[in-house]
Amino acid sequence: MKKLMLANEAIARGAYEAGVKVVSAYPGTPSTEIAESVAKYPEVYAEWAPNEKVALEVAIGACFAGARSMVCMKHVGVNVAADPLFTLSYTGVNAGIVIVAADDPGMHSSQNEQDSRNYAISAHIPMLEPADSSEAKRFTKIAFNLSEKYDTPVFLRTTTRIAHSQSMVELVERKNINPASYKKDIVKYCMMPASARKAREDLELRDNRIEEECNHFPLNVAEYKDTKLGVVCAGIVYQYVKDALPDASIFKLGMVWPLPIEAIREFSQKVDRLVVIEELGGFIETQLKAKGIKCEGKEIFSNIGEINVNLIKNKLADGELSNADPNVPVRPPVLCAGCPHRGVFYVLNKLKKTVNGDIGCYTLGAQAPLSSVDTVVCMGASIGMAHGFEKALGTSKNNVAVIGDSTFIHSGITGLINAVYNKSSITVIILDNSTTGMTGHQDHPATGKTLQKESTKKLDFVALVKACGVDWVETVDAYDLKEVERLVKEAEEHQGVSVIIAKKPCVLLEKKPVVAKCVITEKCRRCTMCMKLGCPAINKSMDGIISIDPTMCIGCGLCEAVCPFGAIEKENL
Amino acid sequence: MAKTTSVLIVGVGGQGTLLASRILGEFAAEMGLECKLSEVHGMSQRGGSVVTHVRFGTEVNSPIVAEGDADYILAFEQLEAFRYRHFLKDEGTIIMNTQKIMPMPVILGTTPYPANIPERLKGEGLNLVEIDALTIAEEIGNSRTVNTIILGCFMKMLKVEEETAVKILTAVVPQKVLEINLVAFKKGYDFIA
Repeated sequence: MKKLMLANEAIARGAYEAGVKVVSAYPGTPSTEIAESVAKYPEVYAEWAPNEKVALEVAIGACFAGARSMVCMKHVGVNVAADPLFTLSYTGVNAGIVIVAADDPGMHSSQNEQDSRNYAISAHIPMLEPADSSEAKRFTKIAFNLSEKYDTPVFLRTTTRIAHSQSMVELVERKNINPASYKKDIVKYCMMPASARKAREDLELRDNRIEEECNHFPLNVAEYKDTKLGVVCAGIVYQYVKDALPDASIFKLGMVWPLPIEAIREFSQKVDRLVVIEELGGFIETQLKAKGIKCEGKEIFSNIGEINVNLIKNKLADGELSNADPNVPVRPPVLCAGCPHRGVFYVLNKLKKTVNGDIGCYTLGAQAPLSSVDTVVCMGASIGMAHGFEKALGTSKNNVAVIGDSTFIHSGITGLINAVYNKSSITVIILDNSTTGMTGHQDHPATGKTLQKESTKKLDFVALVKACGVDWVETVDAYDLKEVERLVKEAEEHQGVSVIIAKKPCVLLEKKPVVAKCVITEKCRRCTMCMKLGCPAINKSMDGIISIDPTMCIGCGLCEAVCPFGAIEKENL
Repeated sequence: MAKTTSVLIVGVGGQGTLLASRILGEFAAEMGLECKLSEVHGMSQRGGSVVTHVRFGTEVNSPIVAEGDADYILAFEQLEAFRYRHFLKDEGTIIMNTQKIMPMPVILGTTPYPANIPERLKGEGLNLVEIDALTIAEEIGNSRTVNTIILGCFMKMLKVEEETAVKILTAVVPQKVLEINLVAFKKGYDFIA
């Protein structure tokens, strides 16, 4: 049967067909749909883990115990999982393990543009890179086989344009794999200096063996056409090259580390000019040059952002670049009408707080007119950074940390423990919208639901925060502006760490019928106070008249609360 | 190179561009064509400018429509049609919902919403089909069916048999909103002569 599938769905299908037994992941664009798709196969155990490090450790445990396992994450998640990753490379596997790393060139939904291929080379882990959904499925299955054949974890790398593209995939039956038996073997599974030194030497032997044998892997294909120009490429760039340079010869890499050096050398000798086209760094090019293969690459194509068909035509054939009209007003993403984060940012902006922000929808609190968030670095950074601000400035009266519920569980808890331990007086606001919002509403340990929506134990934030040593913790309705403001002021005066849990489910989470709408009455004096909320439902016409779009308003009442003239009324429907 | 039809679907996060592209994908599959779709998830979906790409034909390589290579742009909002107009081929066509949704910089008064977009598009020599899909959607009782109305227009332009289109919609659209979407589809389909 053939089916149109996202590459993320195809990876899930590939793992399923390969007999995967355990899959663990933390949501992150563009990788999220893999675990969600795996969860639809009842034969596979799949879960959301609180972060990528835990997810990988779960998969390693399953792999050592003898079951094929997979772990999925976005590029920055690999940083979180890097600690177990580098040592897993030493131990090798019992059953196959595949690590999916989804890069985001162009930063469609990420805070940086790192190139995960560098993890392959530095951790000595082979990396495959598919060029469409069909390959995504096929390569996932190959990855499991390579993992077992070479006793190594294997990376499957995607980029946004692969992960979130759909193309046709041929489905076959699942192959049931008998689990490998677990046998105690401390030299293999217990990494201490003596065993690690041996594993380190074995690692070189493994690298050498794969480097040599990958020259004959059917994953890597030389497609000869006109030999005036030869292009080395992988992943989505292969598709662009086929459209832009239909006559060029192509060396298509299915495996981006290690590289089939001798096969590429042979290809290079048959073409007049060799160009490596790759997004982000000159990862392939640098290795070819180090092996004495003459090629061009980053002197033609930038290290920054994505490549596209027109760019390749423009640089290597003929074709003009057409540019977007710079005068069209931008349409940045905004917090939704009724978003429970809005009121908190409004209060923090009003109180002129420096806000150490974090990763999630609420990062949008940095945008005008809320203009509230001051710093965003990585998952969980808000709390550690607020503590650092205090130690640098000698006071935490002027700054607060703001972190979402899922992000707090991911990596905010240790920051909180550190702040308490080191006698901080920071204020932490947990924006608890009962979901992982930005990635499309995934459950987490505090929602009381698993990946499969089964009921489970629900993490109690108040009890957790108290157990960390916080003696001032208050929960507030995130729509209650007055109470939020009062608590922020009270927390500021408290000696010691204080935590405010601003609670209200994401408006997109439960599509409840809208029971009220806000309307502007004739009392409006056009002062535009309500517009400081940055609500997309509130508009101002060219002649200054303020109106509320009834198709967008969900009646949260924030505008009613901030109007100094009582000109906004909430009408029950 | 094999003939490929390239379609860009543009709009504002929440308008249903993803569903529209998936319906087109199923349509291509039903026709026995190769098809690739590309979408971006995550941050841009929160009321931002969104674009999805659909390409179908006997052979499809890139899932992304190149600038200047779109046969059709389905625009769910005026400003978004204007933003992405450089993707259109010389002989291509824009189907545009005349609805305007103000972006935050316009709401805040830092920049005006461009005036006379339909006239400017036509002035640049682009083929433009305008439809007030929001009004039609409201008339049939569901303002969230703008996407299906536009899709109806497009299917008629592609000369897809009504029966075939209805079969695909029935397979893709969730059961509880199917009936209203079939009504919406018909409105769009009949809009094009």
